Amino acid sequence: MISFKSIPRSQLLEHAQRIFPDECCGFLFGTEESDGTREVEKILQVDNSKSGDKRRRFEISPQNYLHAEKYAIEHDLLLLGIYHSHPGHPAIPSEHDRVAAQPYFSYIIVSVMLGKINHIRSWRLGEDSRFEEEKLTPIHFHQSIE
Amino acid sequence: MATVVIPTPLRKFTNQTAKLQISANTVGEVIDSLTRDFPDLKKHLLDEQGKVRSFVNIFAGDEDIRDLQQEKTVVDEATIVSIVPAIAGGIQFKSSHHGN
Repeated sequence: MISFKSIPRSQLLEHAQRIFPDECCGFLFGTEESDGTREVEKILQVDNSKSGDKRRRFEISPQNYLHAEKYAIEHDLLLLGIYHSHPGHPAIPSEHDRVAAQPYFSYIIVSVMLGKINHIRSWRLGEDSRFEEEKLTPIHFHQSIE
Repeated sequence: MATVVIPTPLRKFTNQTAKLQISANTVGEVIDSLTRDFPDLKKHLLDEQGKVRSFVNIFAGDEDIRDLQQEKTVVDEATIVSIVPAIAGGIQFKSSHHGN
């Protein structure tokens, strides 16, 4: 299971709405309990470095990735995963998401429809290299975005 | 000898070790040694032909080895070799069953 503290949750939703109709992306940092329960305490918004159609694709540069690993160490947090948005599409990972997916990471996907947050789901890669949904503590979209 | 930095998602295959000292003269030798010591890493680093997977970037210092001498890139005790997973994805095209 994965949950969000309120500030990173608001920041993530605000990022997805602001970047619409392009795909937003960023990193998730937080803690993990011995039973595997995760809590996101911070996010790091990064530029979608995909050259070409940013409405359908996202990419994070290796330099931004290396920075995220360093950021986790400096803040004594775990790099828990990645988030990105699916503008105009459901929060379900695509084949493009799957082929590049890493083990261990939580992949949060935010569906944005007509500029509004529609749905948010979390996924993790299973042993068979298929995505399995990770339970996400419900996020109420009517709450104001800080 | 070089220092290898293992990215967070692959540390479960290195007993949670983030940094390793590996005795090697090239990046290729570093990868060989690493996958020999930690066999479960292999499928995440190399493709079926034994080449570095397209979704994995290997950096020697601040440079991608694809811009250097690939696996033949020389390392020494001051070299930090970083394994950097490519982070990418996106929505599915409606015509995706034809492959894209």
